[in-house]
Amino acid sequence: MRSERRLTMARTERSSARESHSVFPYIPNSVPEVKAEMLREVGAHDEMELYVEIPKRLRFKRKLHLPAPILDESSLRKHVEYLLERNQNCKDYLNFLGAGCAEHFVPAVCDEINGRGEFLTAYVGESYADHGKWQAFFEYCSLMGELLDMDVLSCPLYDGAQAAASSIRMASRINDRKEVLMPHTMNPEISSAVRNYIKPDITVKEVTYDKTTGLLDLEDLESKISNKTAAVLIENPSYLGVLESQAVEIGKIARGKNAEFIVYVDPICLGVLAPPAQYGATITCGDFHPLGMHMYAGGGQGGFIATDDEMKYISQFKDLMFGITDTVERGEYGFGEVLFDRTSYGSREKGNEFTGTSTGIWAITVAVYLSLMGPKGMAETGRTIMQMSQYAAKQLSKVRGVKLKLRSPFFKEFVINFDKTGKTVARINNALLKHKIIGGKDLSKEFPELGQSALYCVTETKTMDDIQNLVNAFKEVM
Amino acid sequence: MGRDAKSLLRKFHEAKWDEQIIFEMSVPGERGILVRQAESKVRKEVGNELAVIPAALRRKDSPKLPEINQMRVLRHFMHLSQETLGTDVTIDISEGTCTMKYSPKVQEHLAARHPGIKDIHPLQPPETIQGLLEIIYKLEQFLKEISGMDRFSFQPSGGAQAVYTAASIMRAYHASRNDTERTETITTMFSHPCDAAGPATAGYKVITIMPDEEGYADLEAFKAALSKHTAGIFITNPEDTGIYNPRIDEFVKAAHEVGALCYYDQANANGMLGIARAREAGFDMCHFNLHKTFSIPHGSMGGAVGALGCTAGLAKFLPIPQVKFDGKRYRLDYDCPQSIGKVRSFMGNTQSLLKAYSWIMQHGAEGLRETAVCSVLNNNYMLKKLSEIPGVVVPYAHGKRRLEQVRYSWEKLKQDTGVGTDDVLRRMADFGLQHYWTSHHPWVVPEPFTLEPCESYSKDDIDEYVAVLRQISKEAYDNPEFVKHAPYNSVVHKVINSSINEPERIAVTWRQYLKKRGLQKPMSSLRK
Repeated sequence: MRSERRLTMARTERSSARESHSVFPYIPNSVPEVKAEMLREVGAHDEMELYVEIPKRLRFKRKLHLPAPILDESSLRKHVEYLLERNQNCKDYLNFLGAGCAEHFVPAVCDEINGRGEFLTAYVGESYADHGKWQAFFEYCSLMGELLDMDVLSCPLYDGAQAAASSIRMASRINDRKEVLMPHTMNPEISSAVRNYIKPDITVKEVTYDKTTGLLDLEDLESKISNKTAAVLIENPSYLGVLESQAVEIGKIARGKNAEFIVYVDPICLGVLAPPAQYGATITCGDFHPLGMHMYAGGGQGGFIATDDEMKYISQFKDLMFGITDTVERGEYGFGEVLFDRTSYGSREKGNEFTGTSTGIWAITVAVYLSLMGPKGMAETGRTIMQMSQYAAKQLSKVRGVKLKLRSPFFKEFVINFDKTGKTVARINNALLKHKIIGGKDLSKEFPELGQSALYCVTETKTMDDIQNLVNAFKEVM
Repeated sequence: MGRDAKSLLRKFHEAKWDEQIIFEMSVPGERGILVRQAESKVRKEVGNELAVIPAALRRKDSPKLPEINQMRVLRHFMHLSQETLGTDVTIDISEGTCTMKYSPKVQEHLAARHPGIKDIHPLQPPETIQGLLEIIYKLEQFLKEISGMDRFSFQPSGGAQAVYTAASIMRAYHASRNDTERTETITTMFSHPCDAAGPATAGYKVITIMPDEEGYADLEAFKAALSKHTAGIFITNPEDTGIYNPRIDEFVKAAHEVGALCYYDQANANGMLGIARAREAGFDMCHFNLHKTFSIPHGSMGGAVGALGCTAGLAKFLPIPQVKFDGKRYRLDYDCPQSIGKVRSFMGNTQSLLKAYSWIMQHGAEGLRETAVCSVLNNNYMLKKLSEIPGVVVPYAHGKRRLEQVRYSWEKLKQDTGVGTDDVLRRMADFGLQHYWTSHHPWVVPEPFTLEPCESYSKDDIDEYVAVLRQISKEAYDNPEFVKHAPYNSVVHKVINSSINEPERIAVTWRQYLKKRGLQKPMSSLRK
């Protein structure tokens, strides 16, 4: 470990040496001669004359109390590396956490493209100078459209939680109803964001689930659905990993009441699992994080919403949509804004919800990922995930006292119960850390009815040896 | 070849690859990448892993994704990147209100590549991410000092989401006081549209105050709009015109007198770092766009961070979790019963927080102040130069200094030549400059354009930028039709009717395009 104290001391010396003449490499006009010339040009005697419009009573009177700067790049890099090396990362540790963010394979080309300065530092430029960006967004929507078997997507959203929340608001605007039915097993991160976002006019009714299978309780659904129901939303696979085998029936029940059927889907499963549109979803949403992004401690998330090609849906999207069209040059593709007045950029408070900067660079990355994968790559990835996760579940449940909690097929994640070991998940996870293993998500607070259970996530990144290491650690810890 | 030293104009042509849409490149059987297969022993033990999938959930048709070899995929997206004018490759003074500053590469490389951030799971136990939590905690301390607020949340992942979160907090605050009559929020026309749309999404009726003749938000009209129904105000200052409202504290005082909360949209804070703060103006909440003021790259529309600050009394309503420090260890606090809950999953765009932290650490107090001073100096320098260009009008606040940006108008050019701001902005691309930002809608300033020459740009950069606008103005007076048909040296030519509103013209995906152009039968679907 490097000495942080030594760095701090060095920093203080450096900054005092430069105090009399600070030129910042990121601020070209901090060169005193240039600044003086420009001040003369604008008729100001000193810097503060530029601020005559800010009354003295509103000015900040002292110097900001901030740490002495690390002026040179070399020392800055050392300083940040020192902090980052204090984190235990999932390359050094064996990680089984999922619950909305999982380790997936990231092709090198994805990192190459999203690191390109042209994309990384672009923003809201028009389709001529930024034609490539517009085309990349069009391709993101097009490729996702094929994966989801739906025709329409907008620019991306902040994350899956926002996508779920906005899908519900879309449904409510379409049918002017104010209730949404969601499963009790909903991912709590998403559920929390949704519950805030649909205030004050839309309310949630929770549908219970079968504690042995993890599936939705259809009787409870039928008793709660009514002509007030704007939408029925399910996750498939569910937060607890299980495949909702009753999805077709749930869709029928929803549409039977003229409610929208919203399905929140993990897109990495769609090489092997049917896209929700094929089992009746009218709105599909989710988080595209598995499609080419690293975890970045949660920074790699991004949301999508997809629907059919009907104006009642298209007109309800809240974010920008880029349509392909013609230019004056025959045969040339150009792009334009679709129904701009839908958005708050076009119509302020009268637009659909609000739009703004979201996750553009990740949408471009998704386009790269799906182009690389193609139909075969998606199918094979799905199969590897199913193989590895089924294998892991089988091996783990052989350990004494450990059992699979839910009797249902699953994809990628599954619930492991430790009740018979007499140990809490918290204690087990602490012990696993000593084996350099990050255990599954502790469910005992969110779902106390499941006892001491944890949600384990096994993706295509895990090997047979990894599973064996986990099994060995389990045996020692129990 | 060299640039004309006198005119400063470039003989530019952007990359034009005449690139196909990715689906047109598909060659059945090609592979872009091979993925890992499970070990044979695993496959043997599991058997047919797909057998467990219920029939209705089994994908029967392969997704119609293209099949393309890896090099061609790479080349395609490289071409598309070259057909994009990011701030790394142009003098991006164009996107006013967006603060297109330099995003230092050192922070980018650390955030994108270091396993200590790249390979961290957001739900890892706090004891395994002490370095990350320290960065987040310290960044919070920095922003507290810079704004005068008492607490920050970094969960909002864009400026608009921060505004929305603030509206949610206002709702929770008034509800906690059993004050149920507050149904309205107030904003100004020159504040960002999200200052209207965010509160509207949270259920508020929005009142918008128009500017007076000199461009200032009308204080009397504002006072008249305040009532016991006002939940809060959402206001930008300086507004998108770059005009600082010197009576901002009177707005805040009047709002507080009726029991409303005051939100400072500090998207335009770049010219005020270390000069003026939300606290001294009396605000209860504010946000900084870390992708503007604090150097996070804009990422072709994100990821971003709308860092949301508030006073101590409102901290209990902030999203969860909150990072706490006991002097030895950092932890995540979920035990906040009055919190509005989550607005973004996990902890937000944490890799971006690392970049903002690094940027502040490289500048310190003096560097931040230098940032502000140079951005305002650049802007006033540019204002002087642009005022001399025929056709340019500088509306409002005559004889006053602007802060970091100016909303200009080509109204005179339009009257004189018929060439409007949309024509000029297309022509910009022919000189290697990004199309400038006109204005949010509605256009209160006619034929608007909004420029922000932030501290990243040198005097030479500004001179070149001004030279281009001078040239286009000259072209408009000499040959208006020429400008109206621009661009000529960009990636593509002028789009025919770029506003797409007719159902038959809407094609946001390739499959929709093929269908609407009758190029292929619609994909068969099993639904219904």
